[in-house]
Amino acid sequence: MTPLIQVEDLVKTYRSGDSELRALDGVSFAVERGEFVAIMGPSGSGKSTTMNMLGCLDSPTQGVYKLDGKDVSRLSGDELARIRNVTLGFVFQGFNLLPRLDALGNVALPLVYAGVAPQQRAARAASALEKVGLASRMKHRPSQMSGGQQQRVAIARALVGDAPLILADEPTGNLDTKTSDEIMGLLAQINRDGKTVILVTHEPDIARYASRVLRFKDGKLVEDKRQTPVKRENVGENAGENYGGGADV
Amino acid sequence: MFETIRTAVSSLWANKMRSALTMLGVVIGVGAVIAMVAIGNGASGQMEGVISSMGANMIVLRPGAPRTGGVRQSAGSGGTLTLNDIRAIEEECWSIQNVAPQVSTSSQLIFENRNWPSQVIGTTPGFFRIREFQAQKGRLLDKEDERGAAKAAVIGETVARELFGKIDPIGRSIRIKSIPFEVVGVLAPKGQSAIGQDQDDTVIVPITTAQRRLVRSSFADSVNMAFVQAKDVSMMDSAIAEMRALLRQRHRLSSDKEDDFDLRNMTQMLDSMAQATRVMSLLLGAVASISLLVGGIGIMNIMLVSVTERTREIGIRMAIGARAGDIRTQFLLEALLLSLTGGAAGILLGFLASLGVTEFLKWPTSVSGGAVALAAGFSCLVGIFFGLYPAWKASLLRPIDALRFE
Repeated sequence: MTPLIQVEDLVKTYRSGDSELRALDGVSFAVERGEFVAIMGPSGSGKSTTMNMLGCLDSPTQGVYKLDGKDVSRLSGDELARIRNVTLGFVFQGFNLLPRLDALGNVALPLVYAGVAPQQRAARAASALEKVGLASRMKHRPSQMSGGQQQRVAIARALVGDAPLILADEPTGNLDTKTSDEIMGLLAQINRDGKTVILVTHEPDIARYASRVLRFKDGKLVEDKRQTPVKRENVGENAGENYGGGADV
Repeated sequence: MFETIRTAVSSLWANKMRSALTMLGVVIGVGAVIAMVAIGNGASGQMEGVISSMGANMIVLRPGAPRTGGVRQSAGSGGTLTLNDIRAIEEECWSIQNVAPQVSTSSQLIFENRNWPSQVIGTTPGFFRIREFQAQKGRLLDKEDERGAAKAAVIGETVARELFGKIDPIGRSIRIKSIPFEVVGVLAPKGQSAIGQDQDDTVIVPITTAQRRLVRSSFADSVNMAFVQAKDVSMMDSAIAEMRALLRQRHRLSSDKEDDFDLRNMTQMLDSMAQATRVMSLLLGAVASISLLVGGIGIMNIMLVSVTERTREIGIRMAIGARAGDIRTQFLLEALLLSLTGGAAGILLGFLASLGVTEFLKWPTSVSGGAVALAAGFSCLVGIFFGLYPAWKASLLRPIDALRFE
């Protein structure tokens, strides 16, 4: 079976004036279905650039990126939009929710672009929100929610299209330690439910939740290590009760 | 689609003041078009009313200018048109509804110790039908008066007021050029004509009486002119052709001779008026287009600001699966919504402005459906045209750049 993600000799260069910055310098790796991968490294190491490539938000200068066996590095804008919509869900550090929409509206948005009928959209968005423990916050706008709650709305948005791949770029970067643990527990749960999760972080505590760590330095992959992830008790089975919102700051 | 409309409404609503000000350009443009066209229509409608009260299907027949040794004399001075010609036209030209020959003269009217100068018209009963004169008191002249050359007169209201004051003129005797006439009727007032003439300052007598007793002409049977009314505006040409053929035959003109009479129709007047209206409409249209253009530029400006402001939103939408086309549609729809709402408000404004003009300036106005449709269509086009560039610009953003935008 082909790996979900296969990256070969990926290069990304940025040009500013005369100088050329090589953000990614020949990176190759593969990720199987069901893995929980943490990408680590100091700032400027190329980890976020890699993430943007994987998320089809940016295209490589050279190299091949195969997603589910399909080379996506040469696809048109509309085809990439389709992949972002159907094949992967993206979770950002800054949440990136639309301020004018309530939680339900934000979560349902990918389904709008997927062409799902309104009735079905609301039902699926509601169930995604239940999954992340925000059943009681559906009509709240982002400004009426804490950071942790907003990030959970964003995770629900990534889940709603039932994409096999969840990409999280520093999902806990704007959150305190306690809330970070809760969010990571949620991502671990999602991984146990069968999704492939890839996250970018520079915090070792966060990376401990993953089963595999890719370490970047100066645009190169310098370490690829498998590990036993930490387990948090009570995460998963009754997430709704534990992460209902009251605990968040 | 419904979702996109809702998104557009909510984002415009989020910037109420800005949206309202942006629309203002279109509101004023569309309002101006509608009000101006309404005023123009009202004015030309009034003029047409005046002309058609004289009769749009009216033809004026006059004796031709006679040629005396190569010198042309003024039209109507010859005695080439007779009452018999008129009677022949009445009987033989089937495209004709009414004929009113007339001889006219100015005379001092005398009643007891009062006098008043006025125009005396000798004519046939057809005159009342053509000019749409009605009697407010007494009766109009009839065929019997004409046949018997009765000394009967119908007077206009101005004459009645000046000569009789509060006395009932019916049955009284007035003298015209020393000849006593019995007043049999008073005309209903018609007011001033389009050229400022008092149409009620007139006395009407049977043409036969006028020819025999009032007008001392060397051509006893001649008439000064005749109003001829075609059965319908569309029959004007055939009416003129019939009369021309008949008169040429009666006057025994060989084919190498010119007409010795003159036929003119009122549609020529209507034509020149229609042309003036067209020029006015064109000018109004130009003014309105400019203001709509300015309104459109306002919309484009605000949409460009909005695209920049919402770059991050565009990035988020793209990151979760919006295609370039989805983004383009969204912004285009917002521009369209702005211009259409502005257009609707403008139609309302134009309508109110026309009402106001009628109410306070007493100018007649008429809001035309065409102008409303045109304004609505035009504001729609403005929205699309000026919304296209910002929408296109938004759709060209790369998701990663849009997301990084602060």
